[in-house]
Amino acid sequence: MHRMHVIIAMDPHTIAQGARSIKDALVKNLELAGLSNEIKVVETGSLGIYNKGVVLVVFPDGIYYTGVKIADLSEIISEHLVKGRVVERLHYRDIPEESRAEEKAPRFGKQLRVVLKNAGIIDPESIEEYIAQDGYEAYGKALTEMKPADVLQTVKDSGMLGRGGAFFPTGVKWGFAAAEKAKEKYIICNADEGEPGTFKDRLILEGDPHAVLEGMCLAGYAVGATMGYVYIRGEYYMSIARVRRAIEQARKNGLLGKNIFGSGFSFDIEVREGAGAYICGEETALIESIEGKRGEPRDKPPFPPSVGLWGKPTIVNNVETLATVPQILLKGAAWYKSLGTESTPGTKVFTLVGNINNPGLIEVPLGITLREIIYDIGHGIPNGRGFKLAQLGGTTGGILTSEHLDLPFDLVNLRSIDAGLGSGALLVVDDTHNVVELVQNFAEFFNHESCGKCTMCREGTGRLVELLHKLTSGCGAESDIALIERLASAMMKSAFCGLGQAAPVPILGCLRYFRDEFTALAQQKRQQIPANA
Amino acid sequence: MPDLSRIDEIVASYQSTKSPLIYILKDVQKEFGFLSESVLTQVARVTRIPLSDIYGVATFYSLFTTKPKGQHIVRCCNNAPCWVNGSEEVLQKIKEYLEIETGETTGDGTFTLEFTSCLGLCAVAPVMMIDDQVFGNLTPEKAVAILRDYKTKGSANA
Repeated sequence: MHRMHVIIAMDPHTIAQGARSIKDALVKNLELAGLSNEIKVVETGSLGIYNKGVVLVVFPDGIYYTGVKIADLSEIISEHLVKGRVVERLHYRDIPEESRAEEKAPRFGKQLRVVLKNAGIIDPESIEEYIAQDGYEAYGKALTEMKPADVLQTVKDSGMLGRGGAFFPTGVKWGFAAAEKAKEKYIICNADEGEPGTFKDRLILEGDPHAVLEGMCLAGYAVGATMGYVYIRGEYYMSIARVRRAIEQARKNGLLGKNIFGSGFSFDIEVREGAGAYICGEETALIESIEGKRGEPRDKPPFPPSVGLWGKPTIVNNVETLATVPQILLKGAAWYKSLGTESTPGTKVFTLVGNINNPGLIEVPLGITLREIIYDIGHGIPNGRGFKLAQLGGTTGGILTSEHLDLPFDLVNLRSIDAGLGSGALLVVDDTHNVVELVQNFAEFFNHESCGKCTMCREGTGRLVELLHKLTSGCGAESDIALIERLASAMMKSAFCGLGQAAPVPILGCLRYFRDEFTALAQQKRQQIPANA
Repeated sequence: MPDLSRIDEIVASYQSTKSPLIYILKDVQKEFGFLSESVLTQVARVTRIPLSDIYGVATFYSLFTTKPKGQHIVRCCNNAPCWVNGSEEVLQKIKEYLEIETGETTGDGTFTLEFTSCLGLCAVAPVMMIDDQVFGNLTPEKAVAILRDYKTKGSANA
């Protein structure tokens, strides 16, 4: 037994601020002080406090320290851990409600944690801690008390919509694969997160990997699959390691393998690493990549639930979708339906990024407004600057301006303004930025990430960059704006996959609301043409 | 001439993995530093996958390289969330300090500078990654200090 626990948030954000070396130094200092038997250092996922340096929490006191440096450790040890006196200069009191690790109630202010209920609370490397939070209970219940068709029906009844961005009904997708007759079927967890501004999947994988595995097991049971793959982006080193470890633990505990709990159901999971390609987030491109090929999208139909990985029926679900499934099975479809709005049940994880005081990961019931997210949860825009626009759903997402601040977020409302929830990234842009330069940044991204398979996307994204560069370098004309619009609408109609079809969305959105900025650049006095134009 | 027999061992180690080409190329690149023509030809021979297919894969993914790279790979993010927080200035300063453009390697072979797509570290934007280490909340000065640190460490090890 340990007298005290020091929890250290170990997520990529804190690691980027030096958490790894702080943890190592802390463990070493405790050893030197002879306290290793009394005080245990535990890594956890994100605590929901971002941009405040390395974060430690001392339990049972529940004291948060932020901005901790190696030089502060000896004081924390000698003062707090030995004498019980809080080191006030590092003490952080402005704890966002949602990250109070000792709270058990699920509702924290405007946030409601379903998918993230364990993230930052349990040790993600311990299957025991997950099990202690009702982990694998839904799986056990499904295997012993429910038929696959019952599991499928529960997910269908919940009305859950897939959280990868398309919001396709999860139960319906599963139903397609369940109806297929095949010896082998596959469940793929799409963890190829690469949409700019999005890091929800990473923090779910790293904060609560077993929830994702349990969701995959349930999907596998419902549709009769034999094997699952978690396709994780190659750059996500920590997610890959955590999920691999979780799989091993699940195997050791008999949760994966042959004839699980004597139920006759056999299912195993393997990690597949990406190798750096944004397009592999598209489900058929992802399947091509698992098959060891170039990640270029396939023709649809046939859709993966009929013909997927190695030609077999395959379900591809997003991390957030899968991590929600165990909760639906445990608490029931009616419970899930009671969250969110009628058109879009459930909660949604958003990543709040850009020009915002309190960036990070939040989970809220749908129906919340932009104003609540930016000003209540995000603490507003830094340096007293004004709000210019927000982009919702990643770089292909629609544009929202101050006139949309009070629009409740759900699919119906957002569709009415040509936007969607997408990946849940919410990029806030302040009024110091020129919108044409921002749009040029979007266009450069698509040009870089276009896989090159179809002409419309490959050439179109490049041409958009050229036209925008003409404008931002002072060489453009109003006819260029018209050309951008024509090209954009042609791409939306004729590109092969979602990337090329969606690339023009934010460009047209910005044109709709900020046309004057485009025109101003087009009308400005011609400057000398730069050499690289 | 590199010892190509390691390729046989790497391929053999994935015997029980279905469609392992991407894993094989990752390991081979780790072994040889980059995916040269002779290396890829040998992979094709051992795996019996056409060289054209293998070349297609090796040039598709950004984590693979068919050219030699520097000792450290610096990947800068310039996607919108980093961009609105000043990544352009950071990147400019890094280019000035290293005296190279993105996609190039420094004359002494210490650094290769690349773009990366969003690393999902937007709460501490702007960010860069050096090898598998991530650095956040960058300013032009901070980025240069980190690179200087790598440079001195690199020469101390040599």
